[in-house]
Formats: sequence, structure tokens, C-alpha cells
Amino acid sequence: MEASTLIAAYLAAAVLFILSLGGLSSQETARRGNLFGVIGMIIAVAVTVISPQVHGYGLILGAVAIGGAVGAFLALRVVMTAMPQLVALLHSFVGLAAVLVGLSSYLHPYDELNSTAQQAVHLTEVWVGVAIGAITLTGSVIAWGKLRGSISGRALLLPGRHLLNLLAVLLVVGAGVAMTAGDAFGVSALATLGWPLLLGITAISCLMGMHLVLAIGGADMPVVVSLLNSYSGWAAAAAGFMLNNDLLIVTGALVGSSGAILSTIMCKAMNRSIWNVVFGGFGAKPSKKSSAQEGPQGEVVQIDVDGLVDLLGDAKDIVIVPGYGMAVARAQHPVERFTSILRKRGKNVRYAIHPVAGRLPGHMNVLLAEAGVPYDIVLEMDEINGDLPDTDVVMVIGANDIVNPSAQTDPDSPIAGMPVIEAWKAKNVIVLKRGMGSGYAGVQNPLFFKENTRMLFGDARDTMEKVVAALG
Amino acid sequence: MQVGVPRELAAAERRVAVAPDTVPRLVKLGFTVAVEAGAGDAAGFTDQAYVDAGATLVDREAAWGSDIVAHIEPPGVRPDGQAEVDDLRAGAILVSMLDAARNGDLLAAIAARGASAVALERVPRITRAQKMDVLSSMANIAGYRAVIEAANIYGSFFTAQMTAAGKAPPCRVLVIGAGVAGLAAMGAARALGAEVRAFDVRPACREQVESMGGQFLEVQIEESGEGGGGYAKTMSPEFIAAEMALFLKQAKQVDVIITTALIPGKRAPTLITADHIAAMKPGSVVVDMAAATGGNCELSQAGKAVVKNGVTIIGYTDLASRMAPVSSRFFGQNIAHLLDDMGGGEDMKIDLEDQVLHQTAVVYNGAVRWPIEPFPTAAPPPRPTPAAAPAVIPATAAAKVPPKPSKAPAILSLVAAVILVILAFTAPGDFLQHLTVFVLAVFVGWQLIWNVSPALHTPLMSVTNAISGIIILGGLLQAGTGKEINLSVILGAVAILFASINVAGGFLVTQRMLRMFHK
Repeated sequence: MEASTLIAAYLAAAVLFILSLGGLSSQETARRGNLFGVIGMIIAVAVTVISPQVHGYGLILGAVAIGGAVGAFLALRVVMTAMPQLVALLHSFVGLAAVLVGLSSYLHPYDELNSTAQQAVHLTEVWVGVAIGAITLTGSVIAWGKLRGSISGRALLLPGRHLLNLLAVLLVVGAGVAMTAGDAFGVSALATLGWPLLLGITAISCLMGMHLVLAIGGADMPVVVSLLNSYSGWAAAAAGFMLNNDLLIVTGALVGSSGAILSTIMCKAMNRSIWNVVFGGFGAKPSKKSSAQEGPQGEVVQIDVDGLVDLLGDAKDIVIVPGYGMAVARAQHPVERFTSILRKRGKNVRYAIHPVAGRLPGHMNVLLAEAGVPYDIVLEMDEINGDLPDTDVVMVIGANDIVNPSAQTDPDSPIAGMPVIEAWKAKNVIVLKRGMGSGYAGVQNPLFFKENTRMLFGDARDTMEKVVAALG
Repeated sequence: MQVGVPRELAAAERRVAVAPDTVPRLVKLGFTVAVEAGAGDAAGFTDQAYVDAGATLVDREAAWGSDIVAHIEPPGVRPDGQAEVDDLRAGAILVSMLDAARNGDLLAAIAARGASAVALERVPRITRAQKMDVLSSMANIAGYRAVIEAANIYGSFFTAQMTAAGKAPPCRVLVIGAGVAGLAAMGAARALGAEVRAFDVRPACREQVESMGGQFLEVQIEESGEGGGGYAKTMSPEFIAAEMALFLKQAKQVDVIITTALIPGKRAPTLITADHIAAMKPGSVVVDMAAATGGNCELSQAGKAVVKNGVTIIGYTDLASRMAPVSSRFFGQNIAHLLDDMGGGEDMKIDLEDQVLHQTAVVYNGAVRWPIEPFPTAAPPPRPTPAAAPAVIPATAAAKVPPKPSKAPAILSLVAAVILVILAFTAPGDFLQHLTVFVLAVFVGWQLIWNVSPALHTPLMSVTNAISGIIILGGLLQAGTGKEINLSVILGAVAILFASINVAGGFLVTQRMLRMFHK
């Protein structure tokens, strides 16, 4: 096969990947988009395998078969509440592959390196790629652990952690430069140290990845996961540079910018900067002097299931605000039955989704889709906020900070300025909650004490099942 | 523990202290409910409805002989001449409106029975007690009803009409006193389409009036009428003179006046004089909601509608009772909240350390506690927004705190520019070519991803997971080009393995998720 055929095939694959991401702009085209991605991947892999440079099919096919089987097993078995974990795990694999490719490429460069300059560029690509890959690898593994609960969701804040990070970066860059100097420019003192230096870079980057993610608290995970998504893209792009492979570069860049955009969206939704999320150690500060903090500000009024059913009988417009608590309680199925019963009775039931609800961007949408809620009644925060004053009942299920009015009213609040779903403007607000604990931000929520708010305590799933039974 | 619900004997009282739909709630709190037969008749609740809800029917003596007696009006005298409270048991708790300030004899009679009494009209206006504040819940209903009574008499539309047969201007309604009843009246009048103005001596009411769609009138004298506990105080003579002049001017313009001004423990202030009535257009209506405590209108008569100079002056004192089904339900809910706070059926007690009970328990275990000292702890700030006022939205100082504009982008682009210049002079040509592709791809990606629907962010992540498995190519090239099995080849093969997990896992799980989304 000609080199030009290879390039043409890669071009086709790159275009298919772009179409694949473009397809996700709406639900109607999304499945076709995924198909484009699959075709692109098949073309890319097939063309690479049959190209004259590649032989030794046995090993390759074996690795692909095992990996493919494991991947399929994971994909078909995962429950939707565990999606964040799976995504984080898959990020770590990209990071791992990038590290392995980098190390392999160092041992055995793919192209002939004729000039010193070429060699220097290649070595730089190698250590940069390995460092990014290693950070992605361990960061994702820690994120995976935090998301599945095997590592505490609390932020681990080592003393002088910013200095530690800075030191790690300096060490990695120093070692990288030393390695390049030794191998490419023949600095004799460093000539034999290339391999140990590269392994050192890998180790330090691994530690840095762990430390970065350990310092971030549980509810900031949507940002972390998107950020790691971005890293995994950059790692792939770096591998493309090492191997002079444009398809890898393009794909890596697409994925990298995708993750970066998701991180930006998540940060905007919390009115915080990316630096604040990654380095801020949010939710771990001991105390903030805000009036909203000091204990409960009044009496909450409870309601029971029968009371709620009564209230719903008179309501026409109902909006449900789901949060992470719904995912934890796995309440999406009773919530869906609840929705369909009310819709059959001619009531207008809709959902309001905050961008950072859940532990993964778009997580609530997937859970609701899994339960069978039609996507056209699931609206974004900005789409529905204007309708809330005319809404009869807002049901907040397992959400807290994203419906906290003090984001708008209390400039001293830690969540001041964060866009929130204005649930309190509705005629009635029902809050389903396990107890009176405060949300992730540790902020008292004045919504609970509003005159039009009623609290319905209990496990979200149990409660919703009771409500469905009472309605049915 | 038994809650007794006797029939109300007061004339024109249609309400009942506990409606059938409150019975299950009381049962859940651990009470049994004993209702006097016929107690709900006037409110439209049949005895059967109570039985169905879980109550038992009893005679009057048994209802009054309960552990707790829920009642609305201050107890009076039975047709046979005996006082109603004479049936109270020792240790029983009477929960009722008692008008404690004026009913010393009644309190003494309750004390003589060795019972306790909670005076519902004394529930303090604190946030915590809103759910048991019967004055607010009843005032809300009465305010609504006042408008309906006025509309019933008024000979034209409330809302402006423009028809082929002629047009009618909107009714102009003046509401005096922007408390719970006043705000409810404004809401009801607005809902009927009337033009609403309101007056209150407390300037803080302006926002609430405006939130109800009313125009807030004021006099040109600086004096705040803010009294304690959400009520107004008595004003200076200068202020009253200015106020009178304002009302006279308004009287000539408006069609309906609704007065709701009360000063706790005192006669209601006279606001609308005979002169004002004379200035009003014939056919106008005045509803004096304070008629029971002396009236805001000089000419009103408690419990009656009278016509003076063609102006109908309504002095009904039973406005809430005229909507007995709903007012009974609200009253019952207030009582249920109170009994819940007092410990429910299990640990019922009068805790005088509790602010609400300190204020309301006017008779405690056979001893009259009247007059009651103010609650010792720091008094809460006066609440200008009374409890049940519908849709009173406090102004929110919308504090948008934008994140600090970061200098990072500028610094980053500078660094990028410097690196680019260095590369341009040192790097090999093919590297720059790859860099071009890379930078362009970043921009394409950036444009592309913003179009992704937020609902599909999770599938986006999993599909990018899958396509970042393209790193499999790196593995293929590294593993496939080796002549023999060495470390480089093995590393490449392991990379292939993990990248394949991503490719297969990512695409499949995306497919699975996307299949779930349906309209």
C-alpha cells in the first residue's frame, strides 16, 4: 500500500471523528454520530494494520481481542449511576497507553532520526507525552476511586501543596531537558542517564497526578473528570507528535478541546475559575463568616406523602429538580413512573437540570433517559428559570446547593454568584432530603425555611415509591 | 390522648376547629379524635365524613371532656345556661381563640376547672410559629372574602370592559392597612381586574403593596408607624390630620374601600368618617374588616351591612366563617401544627420555656397567667411580612459576583507566541507541519464541541473516551514494526490492549446510552 493511501484513509477517519462529535449536537443525530466514530476507528485501525510497516499480527490481534472483550464487558455491564467511574477508568487507560507508547518510542523511535534537531524534538515529545500520560493515568485512577467511594471524597490538603506541585513540575522539566541534552546533544555526563531520567519523569508525574486529584473534593468531580478527559486528549496528541502521525494529533486535539470546554462549562456553572477548582481546595476551608452559615434560620415545615399527593392533585405545572442525591438513592425509576402517571393526568411535568448536578457533565440526563423520561421535557436551567414563578409545585430531589437562594442574595456566601435554579419562586416547593445536612459547599440553604417550602424527609427512592403507590 | 371537637355555639359561626381532612394528621400524631355530632354541619362536613376520616362521634359533654379541646370562638354559654367550659376536665387543655385581654372571667372559669388554656390569638408572629398562626390564616381568607362581598354589592364590573354595548371603567379599590388581610384583599381585587391602591402607616409595606400590583399611597409627613409584632402603632395628631385629608381625596375617586386597620388590644382607629362617606359616589361600597373591634368606619355596624348616602357599608364580622369549608381546614391545620409542636399524642405538654407557649398559655394547670410578661430572650426583629401574606417577595439584593477577570489568558498567549518564535527558528520542518495540524484541530474541536447539547455531555465524554483510544495506532506502530519481541514491542502491545478497552468500551457504552434517549 502506498503512503498516500494511508494519508487519505487517515484524513477520512479524521473527518469521520469530527462528524461524530458534531452529531452530538442533538439527540436525533447523536446515534448516527456514534456510528461515524466507529467507522472512522475501523478505517484507521485497519489501514494501519495492513500498512507495510506493521507486521507481527499475532501479538496485535491477541491484544486487540483481549482489550476489546474487556471493553465490551465493561460497557454492557455498567449501571448508569456508575457512569462517572467508568469514564474516569477509561481516561486512565488512555493515559497508560500514552505512557507505554512514549516509553516504547524512546527505546525504539518509529522514524529514522537523522539530525540532532530531529532527535531533540523527538525526545522532547517523548518526555512531554509521558508526563501528560502519567498525570492522566494516576489522576484518573484516583478520580475513579473517589467516584466509586473507595477513596474518601474529602479533599486531601497536604501542607505546602502548591510548592509540592511546583517542585514536581520543575523536576519533570529539569529531567526532561537533561535527558534531551544527554541523548541528542551528546552531553557526556548525561549520556547514560536517559532511561533512568525518563522513568523518573514517569514516577514524578504519576505522583503529581495523584496529588492533584486527591486535593479536589467530591462535588467538584464533574470538573475533574472533564479536565482528565482533556488531558487524555493531549496525551494522545503528544503520542501523535512522537510518531509523526497526524490522525493521532487531530483526534487528540479534538478530545483535548472537548474536555477543556466541558471544564469551562462546569466552572461557569459554579461561578468559579478553573484555577480555583484545581488549586482552591474548595469545601475544605474551615469556616466562612457568612450569616447564612450560622445554624438553621427558622423552622422547616414538613409534609408527608399524603400531603404531597393532595398538593399535586391541585397542581398543573410541576417541575422536578434532580441532584446527586437522586443518583445515590437510584430513585430515577420511581421518579419516571411518578412523571408518567402525572403526565397521563394531563399535568405539565418537566425537569430542570443544573449543569453541575451529579458527578459528571450531563449525568442527570443520562439517568433520566435510562429510566425512560422523554428528553424533550428535560430542560436546562436557563430554559426553565423564567417559567418557575408560574409553576405550581417544584420538587427538589436530592439537590441542595444548586437551588440555594443565597447564591443570589448573600454576597458573603461561598456560592455567591453561582447560577442556581430559582426553585423558591414557585408557588410550592417540596424538598426531598435524607435529613437537614447541608450541601457540599457546607452552606445553610434558606430555601428550606421559606414559607412556600415543605420538607419531605427520607430516602429519595423509598419516598418516591410511596408517592407513586399513593398516586396509583 | 383524645382531641375533642365540639360544635361552635357562637351565633353566625359556621366553622369547625378541625375539618375531616385534618383528622388523619392528628391520628398520625398519636391522637384520637372525638367530634361532637353535627359539629361540621354548618361548614358542610357531614358526620360520616368525620367517621370516614377516622374520628369517633360523641355528644357535647364527651367532646368537651377530652384531654384536648379544639375550639374556634371563645367559649360561651350553652342554651341551658351552663358555661361551655364547665365540661372541661381537670388537666385538660383548651386550644381556642380566647380574646384573653377582654375575657378575664372566662380565664378564671377555665382555671377553676383545673384546666389549661392556649389562646390562639396570642401566637407570636415569629417565623417558627407561622404554621400555627390562625390570625394570619383567617385574615388571609377574610381579606379575600371582603373583596367578594364588595363585588357582590358593587353595581359594575371590577375589571374594565370594552364591549359593543358600551364600556365600563375598572373598579378602583382602596385598601387601608397592608397586613395579611389587606394584602389578601389586594390580591383578590387585582385578580378580579380592579385598580388597587393601598395605604399603610408603615413605610416598609410599600414593597409588599407593589409586589401585589397595588399603588402605594403616602402622606407628606415623616413618621413611621411601625409598632411591635408586625402591627402598627397609634400615630401623632399631625399625621392623622394628613391621613384624613388623603382619605377624603381618595374617597371621591374610589368605588370600594376596604379597611383592615387594627391596633392590638385597643379599639380600632377611626379612619373613614361620615364626611368621607358623604364624599363617596353613590353605589360605592365600604368593607370595614375591623367592625368587630369598633370599626375603622364611623358609620359601620358590626355584623351588618348598612346603606348611608347610597354607600353600602359592610361590617360583617364573620368574613372567614362565610367560607367555612376552607377556613375550617386551615384552622385545623394550624391546630395540628401547634399540637405537633407541643409534643404530639405521646409527649403532650405545655412547655412554658417555649416562646409560643409562653405567650399563649393564658391558663396553666388551674392558674391564670394573665397578663403575661414578654418572652425573656431577645425579641426577634419585627416582621413586616406577616405570615400568610400570599406572594410577598422580599427584595433580593441580586448579588451577582462575577469571577475576577484572570490575567492568565494574556500571559498564556504571550508564552505561546514566544515558544512559536523559538520553534520557527530551531525546529525541523515536519514538526512545524504537525504543529499546524494540531493547532487547527484544536480550533475545530473548540468550535465543534460548543454545539454539543448539554444533555449529551455524558455521551460526549464516553465517545471522546472511545476516539481517544486512537492511541491504539501508536501501539500498533510500536508493536508492529519491531523485528523481534523486545521491550519496545511488548510495551506497544500492552498499549494496544488498553487502548482497545477504550475503543470497544467507549463506543458500546455510548451506543447504549444514546439508545435510551427518546422523545
